[in-house]
Amino acid sequence: MQYILGVLSVIGIEIIATVGLSVFTGFTGLFSLGHAAFMAIGAYTAAILTYFYNVPFLFALLAGMLMSAAVSMIIGFPTLRAKLRGDYFAIATLGFGEAVRVILENLSITQGARGLPGISHYTTLPVVMVFSLLVVWMTRNFIWSKYGRNAIAVREDAVASEMAGIDLFKVRMISLIYSAACGGLAGGLFAHYLNYIQPAMFTSVLSTQLTAAVVAGGMGSLTGPIIAISLFIAVPEVLRVANMWRLVVYGLILVLIMIYRPSGIMGYHEFSFEILKKIIPGRAAGYAGKRGI
Amino acid sequence: MFLQTLITGLSIGGIYALMAVGYSLVFSILNFSNFAHGTIIMLGAYIGYFLISWFYSSLAISLLGAIVGAAIFALLNVSLAYIPLINRKAPPLYLMITSMGVSIFLENMVYVTVGSHFYSFPEIFKKSSVSFFGSEISTLDLFALIFSFIAISGLHLFLTRTKMGTAIRAASYDMTVASLNGVNMNRLIGVVFILAGAFAGIAGVFLGIKYMVYPTMGWITSKAYIAAVIGGLGSLPGAVIGGVILGILETFVSVYISSVIRDVFSFSLVIIFLVILPAGLLGKYLEEKV
Repeated sequence: MQYILGVLSVIGIEIIATVGLSVFTGFTGLFSLGHAAFMAIGAYTAAILTYFYNVPFLFALLAGMLMSAAVSMIIGFPTLRAKLRGDYFAIATLGFGEAVRVILENLSITQGARGLPGISHYTTLPVVMVFSLLVVWMTRNFIWSKYGRNAIAVREDAVASEMAGIDLFKVRMISLIYSAACGGLAGGLFAHYLNYIQPAMFTSVLSTQLTAAVVAGGMGSLTGPIIAISLFIAVPEVLRVANMWRLVVYGLILVLIMIYRPSGIMGYHEFSFEILKKIIPGRAAGYAGKRGI
Repeated sequence: MFLQTLITGLSIGGIYALMAVGYSLVFSILNFSNFAHGTIIMLGAYIGYFLISWFYSSLAISLLGAIVGAAIFALLNVSLAYIPLINRKAPPLYLMITSMGVSIFLENMVYVTVGSHFYSFPEIFKKSSVSFFGSEISTLDLFALIFSFIAISGLHLFLTRTKMGTAIRAASYDMTVASLNGVNMNRLIGVVFILAGAFAGIAGVFLGIKYMVYPTMGWITSKAYIAAVIGGLGSLPGAVIGGVILGILETFVSVYISSVIRDVFSFSLVIIFLVILPAGLLGKYLEEKV
């Protein structure tokens, strides 16, 4: 039982980070290969605050979010301002992610590659549940807001939306800051769940897992990535496979999805009971290709 | 001291250039960032290592085997993973995600099959060194440098003197027009990946001799992307120049400032270049087309 609750906690934490990334990658259409860095920044900021300075947990989480958001502005301002092409931007974030990890490995306050052991265990399942529901609800509202609409327009056609008067830089920046803050929150929760963090946890493997979940779930869907990341974590736990096979499968999933179903599990749709009704034969009425968001 | 640093930097830069050439070659034709290139380099290193330590073959056979093996892997990679997307005219970003997937898949496949051991090449070059104006250069570095130079010159000759090379250069300007003029695109893409794979094989063996052979050694190959960005993505002379510049700069930073800061420096350099000079030193920057 304890074990199942633990897996659920990890799923909840990863949902927060994935939902954040889906705003940036799925809805704004920019690829990041370094989002683990935002989780790392949030995790280290929150952990250092509670560990060395006895700051209350909630304030530490908030500080982690703010720190991630601030760093995302530092990296986002020059790269998004330069309107880099999608793949150039991805290379820049790859460099950013690696640079953050190397810096964390060499700072004295983060205790380098040894990591921070003995962080207090504040992240319980109810805490994770509350936060992930809150983040999913906020993200839903964000996507349905004016900014979210603008972001979708930018994803669909950057030039046309710029013509229509949307400030590309501003929209992309807001998405980046939002996703970085989500990553920071997830990182802070993660640190206080595992009670131990080290820079090696936040490698490009984690970034890839998040990106793979967004791509597999469907770029342009909120529920798709949530389903995908839950499966990514739950299925290997159920099957009890070694960690390395899990990564082999992630790689394969990315390739197969790009070849056979580039729109992901859910495509542009959201999970709803209407779709279930359509899948179950005989109850097809009422669903006529409702295009979600 | 200055000359010694310069020579060390040059020898590392030679390997970076080898890695960056293959990567840039693919970029110049298909216009996407082939992240699987680093993994092919890693596979080349494994092939070279197993040939030399299991079958007691010479360095020449090991190099040749790595070249052929890596070229086959690159060809399999393109025909299984990329061709379906290319035929569908998928955007470059999709190809990039696919290449990420291929890289994760292959790297972890090596983990679960071969294992995470670190293998070191048997000592082929005695730890001897050649003296050069008062500074030392190890025989391995000298050999790697000369061999890289020969391989890159060979590629240059191939691209400028043969029909296929001309077709590749034409396709790097405009694929549609090249195919209208009768170039078989699927064959051309195959040849490009075989060439890139061959260079990956050479780079892999040298990297393996210089450092070690292990599944995540593809990590070092992120230097190839940095070198290619500095020189200009898709430009072959740019890749060579970028590799050499990166090697020299890195060595100077680690000697005169700190070796810890070296990688942070390289990764910051790539961001600075992308922001200020996205076309690099010699490349052409294409805006995303509507």
